[in-house]
Amino acid sequence: MDEKILSAHGLTVDEYKRIKELIGREPNEVELGIFGALWSEHCSYKSSKPFLKVFPTEAPWVIQGPGENAGVVEIDDKYAVAFKIESHNHPSYIEPFHGAATGVGGIIRDILSMGARPVCAFDSLRFGDPRKDGTRNNIKDAKPIAQGVVKGIGFYGNCIGVPTIGGEVVFDEVYAGNPLVNAFCLGILEKDKMYRARATKIGQKMVMVGSATGRDGIHGATMASAEFSEETEDKRPNVQIGDPFFGKRLIECTLEVMQKGLIEGCQDFGAAGLAGSTSEFGSKSGMGVRVYLENVPLRDENMTPYEILLSESQERMLYAVDEENVDEVIKIAKWYGLEAAVIGETTDTGRMEVFYKGEKVADLPISAIVDDAPVYNRPRKEPEYLKETRKFNQNDLPKVDIKEAIRKVLSSPTIAKKEWVYRQYDHEVGINTVVKPGSDAAVLRIKWAVKPEINSEKAVAISSDGNGRWVYLNPYEGGKRVVVEAVRNVYITGAKPLAITDCLNWGNPENPEIMWQFEQATKGMADACRELNTPVISGNVSLYNETVLPDKRINIYPTPIVVAVGVLDKPENAIPSFYQNEGDVIAIVGEVDKEPTINGSEFLKEVHGIVSGEIPPVNLEVEKKLAEFFQENKHLIKSAHDVSDGGLITAILESAFSEEKTFGVDVSINTPYREDFELFDEMRSIIVISLEEKDLKAVKEAAQNLGIGFKTLGRVIDKPVLKLKINSINIEEDISSLRNLWENSVRKLLD
Amino acid sequence: MKFGIAVYPGSNCDYDTYRVIRDVLDEEPQFIDYRETNLKGFDCIILPGGFSFGDYLRPGTLAAHTPLTSAVKEFAEKGGLVIGICNGFQILTEAHLLPGALMPNIHGKFVCKPQYLKVENNKTPFTNLCKENQILKIPIAHHDGNYYIDEDSLKKMEDKGQIVIRYCDKNGNISEEANPNGSVGNIAGIINERGNVFGLMPHPERASESILGSEDGKYILESILNYLK
Repeated sequence: MDEKILSAHGLTVDEYKRIKELIGREPNEVELGIFGALWSEHCSYKSSKPFLKVFPTEAPWVIQGPGENAGVVEIDDKYAVAFKIESHNHPSYIEPFHGAATGVGGIIRDILSMGARPVCAFDSLRFGDPRKDGTRNNIKDAKPIAQGVVKGIGFYGNCIGVPTIGGEVVFDEVYAGNPLVNAFCLGILEKDKMYRARATKIGQKMVMVGSATGRDGIHGATMASAEFSEETEDKRPNVQIGDPFFGKRLIECTLEVMQKGLIEGCQDFGAAGLAGSTSEFGSKSGMGVRVYLENVPLRDENMTPYEILLSESQERMLYAVDEENVDEVIKIAKWYGLEAAVIGETTDTGRMEVFYKGEKVADLPISAIVDDAPVYNRPRKEPEYLKETRKFNQNDLPKVDIKEAIRKVLSSPTIAKKEWVYRQYDHEVGINTVVKPGSDAAVLRIKWAVKPEINSEKAVAISSDGNGRWVYLNPYEGGKRVVVEAVRNVYITGAKPLAITDCLNWGNPENPEIMWQFEQATKGMADACRELNTPVISGNVSLYNETVLPDKRINIYPTPIVVAVGVLDKPENAIPSFYQNEGDVIAIVGEVDKEPTINGSEFLKEVHGIVSGEIPPVNLEVEKKLAEFFQENKHLIKSAHDVSDGGLITAILESAFSEEKTFGVDVSINTPYREDFELFDEMRSIIVISLEEKDLKAVKEAAQNLGIGFKTLGRVIDKPVLKLKINSINIEEDISSLRNLWENSVRKLLD
Repeated sequence: MKFGIAVYPGSNCDYDTYRVIRDVLDEEPQFIDYRETNLKGFDCIILPGGFSFGDYLRPGTLAAHTPLTSAVKEFAEKGGLVIGICNGFQILTEAHLLPGALMPNIHGKFVCKPQYLKVENNKTPFTNLCKENQILKIPIAHHDGNYYIDEDSLKKMEDKGQIVIRYCDKNGNISEEANPNGSVGNIAGIINERGNVFGLMPHPERASESILGSEDGKYILESILNYLK
């Protein structure tokens, strides 16, 4: 076989050899296409699989862990939530609008296929620094990419009627050529009505429902498994085009046939299209599948069997249906204006047999396509750069003007308010969004009026995080911290964290240093998840986020995006992120006396232009105690915002910038450490809270009883100023001018 | 009271509206499919928000040419109450049940946010529980809310009290800054001459429970009840 043909399918010579051994002959062109797609990194996880095994996946509340279209956890004795995050990185660089839009559509269908009503979405985005636009060679500007991605997410999410209620956006040059678009969706369902991607008996019909199949997205999975180079622009036709109008009707149709008990299993058409869905369906069911391609409703005439099998046209779903229900299912689909056809059935042969107009065009053992995909134990090596970054000593840094530093950090697009982004998303449709975007975590009521009617008194708190810089500087500790940060944002609302989903965005796995980062970070994440009792219930891996330029290769920071989900007894009990009343006391809880370090901080990057330093271990025992503290005292705490990107002073100020008004702040900090370190450290487990004077004693005692630090810093005041006294430094600033910097920086860069 | 809630393919605030009518107002909602024509027995028809027919061609255009919308026209001609929210407002202008047009927002972006509104005409079936010049806080979420009408027609509408609500700031100032989409005269909601068909871009169903940030939407929904009773 010509190496060029193999390479077009993303296969190596060795992999081809293995295919021949598995099937005992040469594959034909269609079969080669099937292997190329299903054995791609995107579908097979061939580089990452061994390392994902370290994740804890179980807890008493976990109903479904990894391995299905989404994970499921129960939230009370009747209801559960299904959730997952997935990447759509590669398409979003090539075609930002459609790339991002289809990412949203895909994750919504994953949730839907579990039998859940999709009720909210999150989006984690990483772009190049728009301040550097016009200075890069061979890499596109960040601004139009960010504009297109945000518009695309809004276009799809707004139209399909699933509110986008949170996420984060980080701007850093390492993402310029490889922006990250990770889409998360959460759905609600009755606990005992979960669906899975499998047939329940031999001879069950496979009904394809949704939009017609076109030529779009052929070999998307293979594209998503290769690094970017100058030829990437030629891959534009590989990007799928989404249509949320079809997506919306597909949701209603699918939930209706499920509620009426007309289907037995459900699987969406994602990567590798029909080939992927039917073979995975067969594999999970432990059955064979027979597929009749001439039955597939087509958008383009004269599509070849190869194209029909591998098209990644969006908004399509596969149902397993008993013969007697087929007519009713098709009737319902047509009522919604969707295409619907029986395209095959399950068999007892264990093979995937594909026919086109009477001719057998593919005949492969399903185990060979799915289970026998290669798994690589790729070489790993500690990165050279760590030798340098570990040497960094913060004490060598010159002291800077604190006032100026605060202004710089607040204006950093990564820290600044992301209103420009979330104003473009409908975050309210569904009328369940209790805590809206802009807070540490979003809080969603669990109620739905129809299809299905769900009325839980509980709420869920959701937060996403993923500081790639920390992971770059110490993959193990950084991995731990990313989990901790997402989980902390959930517990400071007073919620009990239940589980996480993650999307691991990495560089080229064939580079041993990158694979080492992967192994270390997943270990760190797993350790944190185990300790915090938040198992990983679903996830996704995106490798090859690498830009190949004539003179160099740029890999992104290793960026695990973690979305943590927790449950609150009542939505009205959620602790807000913002101060509530003048006169309230501002305090900090947690590691309030620990020595600060500004290694890997936003301050170090924005003020000193340095990305360096060792990332110290996070104390998981303290985190567990803090979680307990917030759950037990939520009725006494008026606001809580954790110290994270931008440090203590950023947390103190952001808490004052509520939607309703700008509060004044009067705080006084005495520290034995350097003032700039104290104010901008991101490495201690500290949360800024506010409370009424009368509750101060009780809250302080509660913290002390748990053995966690507590310090009163000052007060929320009426006068709109920041009064900050730290050791001998006195700062008084108009807080509205600080708010303006924080509020307008992103809009100025992107609008 | 029996509220009919129109369901076009792509409507996505239909369930929210249903829930508020049933659980907050304690009245009787019923979905009506876009292929239906029988509107007997309904006290009020609500055209909810969303993206009917995926906003193909232009928001509201395709929905305006459905059997249900024809029936809604007849219903309105007989004096029945009709309220169009967001995409429902767009459908009403496209169906010529209301004058003017809703164009893409002047900044070209979708906008979702809490919005202050000033009630200019409180003598309608939809605002009778509001005080004159009352300020309401009700969220908006749309891409095409930029209301346009020529100057002469606008003058006539103003004279007849057809401008019901306008976008304003917290203090009630109807300023350019408080205009979220470029609408002529900050117009957020209008009524027909006869006074029984009301269209507005803000979503009262999203502001009917305090836990969601505002209950001001109830002024509008309960005004309908008050009028009908």
